[in-house]
Amino acid sequence: MPERPSPLSILIIDENRLRAAVIEDGLRDAGYSNLTVVNDVQGIARKIADSAPDVIVIDLGNPNRDMLESMFQLSRAVKRPIAMFVDRADQASIEAAVEAGVSAYVVDGLKRERVKPIIDMAISRFNAFARMARELDEARSQLESRKLIDRAKGILMSTRGLNESDAYALLRKTAMNQNRKISDIAESLITAAGLLAPPEE
Amino acid sequence: MSAKSNHEIVAGFMPLLDSAILVAAKERGFAADEGIDLRLIRETSWASIRDRMAVGHFQVAHLLAPMPIAANLGLTPLAAKTIAPIALGLGGNAVTVSNALWAQMAEHGATASLDPALAGRALRLTISQREGDWVPPLKFAVVHPFSGHNYELRYWLAASGIAPDREVEIVILPPPLMADALAAGTIDGYCVGEPWSTAATTAGVGHIATVKAAIWRSSPEKVLGAAANWAEREPDALAALLRALCLAAQWCSSAENHEELAQMLAEPNYVARPADWLLRGLSGKLDVGGEGTKSIEDFFVPFAKGATFPWKSHALWFYSQMVRWGQAAHTPENAAIARETYRPDIYRSALKPLGIALPAANAKVEGALRTPTPVGSTGASLTLGPDGFFDGALFDPDKLDQYIDAQKL
Repeated sequence: MPERPSPLSILIIDENRLRAAVIEDGLRDAGYSNLTVVNDVQGIARKIADSAPDVIVIDLGNPNRDMLESMFQLSRAVKRPIAMFVDRADQASIEAAVEAGVSAYVVDGLKRERVKPIIDMAISRFNAFARMARELDEARSQLESRKLIDRAKGILMSTRGLNESDAYALLRKTAMNQNRKISDIAESLITAAGLLAPPEE
Repeated sequence: MSAKSNHEIVAGFMPLLDSAILVAAKERGFAADEGIDLRLIRETSWASIRDRMAVGHFQVAHLLAPMPIAANLGLTPLAAKTIAPIALGLGGNAVTVSNALWAQMAEHGATASLDPALAGRALRLTISQREGDWVPPLKFAVVHPFSGHNYELRYWLAASGIAPDREVEIVILPPPLMADALAAGTIDGYCVGEPWSTAATTAGVGHIATVKAAIWRSSPEKVLGAAANWAEREPDALAALLRALCLAAQWCSSAENHEELAQMLAEPNYVARPADWLLRGLSGKLDVGGEGTKSIEDFFVPFAKGATFPWKSHALWFYSQMVRWGQAAHTPENAAIARETYRPDIYRSALKPLGIALPAANAKVEGALRTPTPVGSTGASLTLGPDGFFDGALFDPDKLDQYIDAQKL
């Protein structure tokens, strides 16, 4: 965006530091340099006044949104009146934003063409972050299940005298017969073994 | 009921005592009995509820009673047309002040009686005494600019001779943060729904100065907002939901169910606070701080006294306060928009089969009933009131202009 007259000032308010950083990076890569990130709302009025934002991006679930919105409307902290971006957006962008969990506010008079790329970037970064968080969760639970299956195999190997691949085959067969996950079978086997274990230790 | 029709309805709500009717409708099976698969989604702000309603995630929601009017007047962002076909009870709020402010007010005659006139006078004297001291004005928090809390706090202050916009500062804060802000000295008082006053008094960081039920007895607080386009498309689903909510409200009103209801609301997916806190608001026996428990008549009324009826006079009173505090311009068109937001017609036609009391009128003179009074109704007989404002004023919806003019003074 080389020929923009004045670089837009963008304020990102997100209690999730990681996500805020992901959005900040995205906007910076897209050529926006006048960025302010706020992670907690302590003293927010001051920070808004200092950064004089043209666009404010907030996560939809921020519990302080009612407070922030009234602050924008009273516009004592903001020099120019601020409206929600939706006033300059189409229904599809609104839905995409709410779906992604982003809300955004822009100062009056700002043209739609200047706002849209920012909102689109925020939406895509919010979605990317949610995907990342989901994948991380999945990876974590995969690691957990692998540990469970290893322990269950160990139990079967010592109690039933099976080798490792037979122990795994038995777990798998049981899971398939009961239409459950192998890790679930492993978990109940571990629990059962714990309950039935001879009181030796 | 009759048909096995299955309506899927998603409702947003905020973790507050008066989400009780929605929660009971789901958990006690009133919704299922009406063929409704009701999904309740807890939200973190009224703004988020409004946004998700606007894009169709929610067909209906637990809303601050003035919110649908503000939306239809175009006063809020993302304002999708919303109707209020049923109210979710009367009362339920309290004004709580810090221990330090209470001590000063007590010196000026405030007592644990919760009498708004006495407490207001004490606050006014406290404020005039502070004026010489070059201290910042007292700061009060409410949950939202378009809320019963904001208007009843301002009404109480103004009727006590305190100018809400000059002599105190009113800020917006989410309810779960209020008790902490009070303890930290960030604010001096707040007006909020339960259990968020109880949160301060049980922690010993605040004192209840007065309650909504004393400022304006039997006054409106939350409504069920319905997306207007959905309500038009699915009138049967809406009618079924209104019946379920009405029966749930009746169940909530019975003292013998309060224990169970408090347990239900205490669950992590609802209000997620101790059942004991919720029981206080339900029974009207509040820990006011310091002196202990006080029994408050009609503190929260979920069903009796036509508590679920969407009175057009309530809508117009809220509108009059939007005008009074500079949020809306008074024009005949705006007044009509406010009046048409509340839909007693939909309420009546949906609830007729239940045989419960249905008021014959759509509006009433607010504050006119000094004692419980039988009124014209169809179905069962209906008693309304008392419904007085603490300063003895009346609000006659037919004399809206005069009321608005008189409040300019």
